[in-house]
This record gives sequence, C-alpha cells and structure tokens, in this order.
Amino acid sequence: MKWHFRKPSVLPGFGLTLGFSLIYVTLLVLIPLGGLLLYTTKLSWSEFGAVILDPRVLASFKLSFGASFIAALINLFFGLIVAWTLARYNFFGKKIVDALVDLPFALPTAVAGIALAAIFASNGWIGSFLEPLGIQIAYSRAGVVVALIFIGLPFVVRTVQPVIEEFEKEFEEASTSLGASWWQTFSRVILPSLLPALLTGFALSFARALGEYGSIIFISSNMPYVSEIVPLIIVTKLSQFDYVGATAVGTVMLLATFVILFFINAIQIYSREKSL
Amino acid sequence: MQTEHRLEPKWLKPLLLGITLLFLGVFLALPLGVVFSEALAKGWKVYFESISEPDAIAAIKLTLLVVIITVPLNTIFGVATAWLIAKFEFRGKGILITLIDLPFAVSPVIAGLIFVLLFGSSGWLGAWLGEHDIRIVFATPGIILATLFITSPFVAREIIPLMQEQGTDEEESALTLGATGWQTFWKVTLPNIKWGLLYGVILSNARAMGEFGAVAVVSGHIRGVTTTMPLHVEILYGEYLFTAAFAVASLLTLLALLTLVLKSFIEWRIGKKRSLAH
Repeated sequence: MKWHFRKPSVLPGFGLTLGFSLIYVTLLVLIPLGGLLLYTTKLSWSEFGAVILDPRVLASFKLSFGASFIAALINLFFGLIVAWTLARYNFFGKKIVDALVDLPFALPTAVAGIALAAIFASNGWIGSFLEPLGIQIAYSRAGVVVALIFIGLPFVVRTVQPVIEEFEKEFEEASTSLGASWWQTFSRVILPSLLPALLTGFALSFARALGEYGSIIFISSNMPYVSEIVPLIIVTKLSQFDYVGATAVGTVMLLATFVILFFINAIQIYSREKSL
Repeated sequence: MQTEHRLEPKWLKPLLLGITLLFLGVFLALPLGVVFSEALAKGWKVYFESISEPDAIAAIKLTLLVVIITVPLNTIFGVATAWLIAKFEFRGKGILITLIDLPFAVSPVIAGLIFVLLFGSSGWLGAWLGEHDIRIVFATPGIILATLFITSPFVAREIIPLMQEQGTDEEESALTLGATGWQTFWKVTLPNIKWGLLYGVILSNARAMGEFGAVAVVSGHIRGVTTTMPLHVEILYGEYLFTAAFAVASLLTLLALLTLVLKSFIEWRIGKKRSLAH
C-alpha cells in the first residue's frame, strides 16, 4: 500500500491549520521545553548528581512526592464519596454543591493559599479549634497536604462521577437478586468497574499536586529540609541565578510528569480494550 | 430522574451526604467565606481604598493587558487546531495532540523556568537580547509568554471533542452547494461549536487572570510594573497587609465565582455536564 501523509478530504484549510498549529506549538511548547532538556546536557552526570543528591533537594523531593501521594489518597477516598453522592442522590442545593466542586480549577492558586492559611492558622476558623488539641496545620507539613487536597479535589470527583452515573443498575440488581449483600455488590461489582476511573483521578490529582506552587507557599513555613517543596527549590535557585541547578531539578520534575502521563494513558488504553 | 435505591442500606445516604457536605464545606465553602470576611474586616472604606490604590490599579491593568493578548491568540490557535484535528486524518496526529495537551501537565514553575532559560540574562538568547536592549524576562513580554504557554490548551481541548462528534457531513454539504471555505466555517461550523468555544474562552480567561507560579518566575516582582493581580496579592501578604491582600484576592474570587456561574449556564444551554478537568 502506498504511504499517505493524510487521507484525502474535500474540506479546505488543511495546509493553513497544519502550518499555523505546528508553528504555534513549536514556538510556544516544543522549543522552550526542548531548551530545558538541552540545558541539562550542559551538566556532566556528576554535576547533575551533586544537584539532585544534595540533602536539601532530596528532602524537598521526599516532601513533594509524599505530600502529593497522601493528598491524592485522601482525595481518592473523599472524591469517591462526593462523586457517589452527586451521582446517586437528590438533595436540596445539589446544583450549587455540584458547581462548587470545580472551584479549585477556577480560583487562582494564590487566593486559595492565603484563604487556607487564614482558616488553618492558630487563630483561624478551624485552626483555633485544633490548637488546644496540639494540632498545627498551617505553617507545617500538614499545611502542604491541606493545600494539595484543595488543588486535587475536583480530579477524582470529575473522573469518577460520570462513570457512576452511567453504571448499569441492572448489574447491581442482578447481583442483589442472586443473594449478594449490598456490601458484596459494592465491593465486587461496582468498585471494580470504577477502578480505572479511580486510578486515573488519583494520578491526575497526584500529578497536579506535584507541580503545585502558588497555594502551598502561603500555607507552608517553607523551611529548608522540613517544609520546602520542589517547585520552591526551583524558584529559589533561579532567584540566586543558579540556572544549572534549577534546570537539573526541573528536568527531574518534567520526567516525573511524563511518567505519570504515560501511566494515565496506559490505564485509559487498558480500560478501553477491556470494554470492547 | 433518580430512582429509589432499595438495594442500599437506609443509613448510607445520610452518612455519605453528611461526609460530602462536611468535606466540601471545609475545603471549598470556608475558603470562599474567609476571603470576603477578611477583605471586609476593616470595613468597606478600607476595602475600596485597597483595590483603588495605584499599585493595585497597575496590577489590575497589567492583568487585563495579559488577558487581552493571550485569550484571543489562544482562541485562534484553539479553533485552527481543532479544525485540523477534528476534520482531517493525518499521520502524527496523536503526537500533535500530546504536544497541545502538554502545558496542562507541566508544573507552572517549569513553564516559567523554560522562558527564563530561553530569554534570561544567561539564557540561550540572553546575550543577543542584551545587545539589542530587548527585555523579555522580568518584563511584560515574559509574563505574556508564560501565560500564553499555560493557557494554550484550554480552547482546543474544549472544542476538539465537539467538532469530532459533529463529523464533516454538514461542512461537505455546504461546500457541495457552492459555499466557500470561510463561509462554511462561519455559517456551519461556528454555530455548532459556539457554546464550547465560549466555555473554552471563559476557562482561558480565568486561568490567565489567576496564573501565579509561571508568572511569578518570569515577573521579577517589580512593584506596580510587573505585578499581576495574584502577584500583588503575594506582595501585600508578605508585607502583612492582610486586609489589602484579601481585598485584591476577593476580586479574583468574584471572577472565579462568575466563571462557575457561566460554566453552569453553558452546561444548561448544551444540556450536558462538563468539567474543567477534561
């Protein structure tokens, strides 16, 4: 068979839109991101290692990955409950609650950061109740997790909610009429079919959390070795004109992002093939 | 319509509803409430002074300038790319889609970093720019570029699925009946995608006004010159001027609420649920 670059079509504009899109994406995305990877090649492996294995940088990686993982787990659990409630039940004010779930996408992260810091500070609406119990959230590592829960909250809800809405009730009824308890039906029939969506939501929430900067720097004390996240390390290195260090750390972050994207794609391909 | 779920235990609905409202109350409603309560803590007079002082006005103006440039550019890009991807079959389409989506996945700080590496004083083009006295990083062009990068996928993502669903039959008929390419686009395609397009524009607008990380890296924080509204909030907060910080933040919060209202309105118009996540 002859190799074709494109299928013939009567519609006009292929050359125009292809040219424009390619130029735009190349100038805005490809060259800048390629520049980052190229900049990394200026470093030898030992220099690269020295930047990445620096205890302060390692501590920030531990915090960023750890806090993002915990926040994504919390969002996985509560996100499933929220998605279930919105998909299955009617209640007063449901439309407003449903619309509000997207707030973390619409609210600028800096605003989210100062608002959460105000709430969880020791004199804040929630912080003042937690302080007598000896629990400190704002200006600690727990604050980082709180900000990341806010940031990642919509991802699990919005990936799982449509799957619950479309779930065939017949499967549940069949399972129950065959004598299964509700819990058995949930854990053996419903939950497995939600699994790809839950994993996707978890990964999206985790990926978003990993790169988050704006909301965290306001609620964290940003202490080196303790509560300093990776994006802040990059910003600090840049402000000291340590481009090489910033690039090395940025490259690791970028590779982590690619791995997560690959994982999300793999889940989607797997679940699509399974459903065929 | 929802049907009664006899299969579930009776206590499940109140339990899950309670958890949902408590969780969303703490993480969504309280932050909204605290912004306005803090902004108005010292009364309306201080509030209006905070949002009308020269640096605040400069920040609002810069934010609007960024929006006026980035949103139309990304709208044209989104429509052109959607046309390309939805109406034609060609090799390498998957790679192009991945590239378009990439800025959505990249950390905002890295989005800023890549432009510093290109245009900063010791970046790839730094020496040349210095010779010709062109400032991109730590100036308005850098802020615009970083915002352009961050918001570039929004319109495309919204209208690609819409255009794909509609296929090419209507356009082909229009062309057969003698319409030109542009006539077909304006009179056949555009009316079909207008709500999705509006939705993408609203999202781009919200993100462009509120972007923090990417802009923070390239801005240089020159007060009243390279500070957008979110950066102005950061500066005020850092100076412990909490009331003023929350006052400016409240404007951004109103924008976020308006975005959610418009989103719900568009969903109602197209009769379909959408999310900002996908």
